[in-house]
Amino acid sequence: MEPKMSLEEQKIKLDKVTEDVLKMIDTYGFKQEGAYNLRLNGMAVCHGDSRHINIIPKEDKPGIDIHISGEAKGEMVHIPVVMSQEGIDVVYNDFYIEDGADVTIIAGCGIHGEGCSETRHDGIHAFHVGKNANVKYVENHYAEGDGSGKKVLNPVTKIYVGENSVFTLETTQIRGVDSTERENYIELGENAKLFVTEKLMTDEGQTAVSNMDVELNGENSSARIVSRSVGKGTSKQVFHPRAIGNNSCHAHIQCDSIIMDHAEISSIPEIDARHVDAQIIHEAAIGRINDEQLVKLRTFGMTEEEAESVIIESFLK
Amino acid sequence: MLTVEHLSYDVLEEGKQSEILSDVSFSVNDGEMLVITGPNGGGKSTLAKLLMGIYKPTAGKICLDGKDITDYSIDERAKAGIGFAFQQPPRFKGMTVRRLLSLAAGGPMDEKTCCGLLSSVGLCAMEYIDREVDATLSGGEMKRIEIATVLAKHHDLCVFDEPEAGIDLWSFSMLIKRFEQIHKEKKESLILISHQERIIRMADRIMVITDGKVESIGAAEEIMPKLFGQELDSCECRRQKGGELYGA
Repeated sequence: MEPKMSLEEQKIKLDKVTEDVLKMIDTYGFKQEGAYNLRLNGMAVCHGDSRHINIIPKEDKPGIDIHISGEAKGEMVHIPVVMSQEGIDVVYNDFYIEDGADVTIIAGCGIHGEGCSETRHDGIHAFHVGKNANVKYVENHYAEGDGSGKKVLNPVTKIYVGENSVFTLETTQIRGVDSTERENYIELGENAKLFVTEKLMTDEGQTAVSNMDVELNGENSSARIVSRSVGKGTSKQVFHPRAIGNNSCHAHIQCDSIIMDHAEISSIPEIDARHVDAQIIHEAAIGRINDEQLVKLRTFGMTEEEAESVIIESFLK
Repeated sequence: MLTVEHLSYDVLEEGKQSEILSDVSFSVNDGEMLVITGPNGGGKSTLAKLLMGIYKPTAGKICLDGKDITDYSIDERAKAGIGFAFQQPPRFKGMTVRRLLSLAAGGPMDEKTCCGLLSSVGLCAMEYIDREVDATLSGGEMKRIEIATVLAKHHDLCVFDEPEAGIDLWSFSMLIKRFEQIHKEKKESLILISHQERIIRMADRIMVITDGKVESIGAAEEIMPKLFGQELDSCECRRQKGGELYGA
């Protein structure tokens, strides 16, 4: 009989670049423990299940199916993606979350690009959430490296939230990604609640497009979407959040942007009510850094540059 | 010690040079409390902003402890020892009260110090410490946090622009006590811009600014009778109506 390997021995050794990128995209701390799956340059390099969370590789296409049992209470699953080589990686991940589960899913993609051709990751995710579940999905996007090749992330996220369930979506992209086109589609059932926080900063010639459709189908469903962004350099951002009230529901969309240098930001809100009891609000604002805030922080002894970075850091926190 | 000599401030209005402050001179001794009062639009807030470096004077000189700080930027003046509480403090999206106070103190602040500060301005610390300094706070709450940011650190000179505005009576009493305490310790000089009699009564000296000029400056005992005696016949229509505003 082969001697059993200890948990430590089963862990694979990751190189420093991968470790460093993981630190940036998984702020909860990636460990090869519990339920996890690390995809590195288009390959699943290590994975683990927990008692209530099973990860099964897809047979027909790249990607994984993640089954989360209703017994999972306060559990986490980490599924980061790291790309340190050029190329295009398209992956399909499907989450099946049973009734009553309470889980935090930490995803995200980090690119370390040293080459001169494109590095691109398209993560196509679908979440099938049962009844009375509580799901938090955290996604950090990040790129680094001096290569001239474009670093591109085009995520597609589809979320189906069942009766009485709560889904919290937190997406953050603070630096390094040259181009991103994000597509989100969310359907909410009866009493389902959605909370979205989107944070984005672009610089130099980067571009970002974020489209989000929220269909409030169930009676008494609600959505609260907060989007905060900072545009620097000559970067361009386009936001198109859309709330469609098909039933008695509440939705609140708030888009706030700080514009700097020669950036361009456009916010195209769309609120669409198809029921007499649909209450949908949209607020959008774009403006430069508030001068009074700068002056206030300078009275603490900060230089203008220091004050500016504190304001941006807080705004995107 | 703060010395202000012949300070003037002009602005361009519709192509014309307009004088907001004209030839203002005064000084504040170490540990002294100077209250600046006078009618609205007289130039008090402008003077405060000139002291902090938010506006640049057209002419004149500002010295702190013998050092000419006229050309100092806002942050240089802060480093030189001036603290400033705004009349209308700005709000910050995403910044907690604790973070703002730490930034004000110039370094990390432990929970106990932070709570002590908030309590001293009449705020229940635990309720506020992790709240964001954004539009969810009322005007009065913002004012008290603003004052706490100035009290977070030692300054040689603190300038408070209408600290009482928007503050309820109970918190106002606490605030008065705090100012009295600072004044008693004599470690910081205070300039308070105020219309409040209770604040004016605390002053060592009072300066009245009207139409951009120093109308009078002197010891509290000297100015106070003029100030409160003058009030009755200060307005033409009140005088004609025998002191009753609506001719009752």
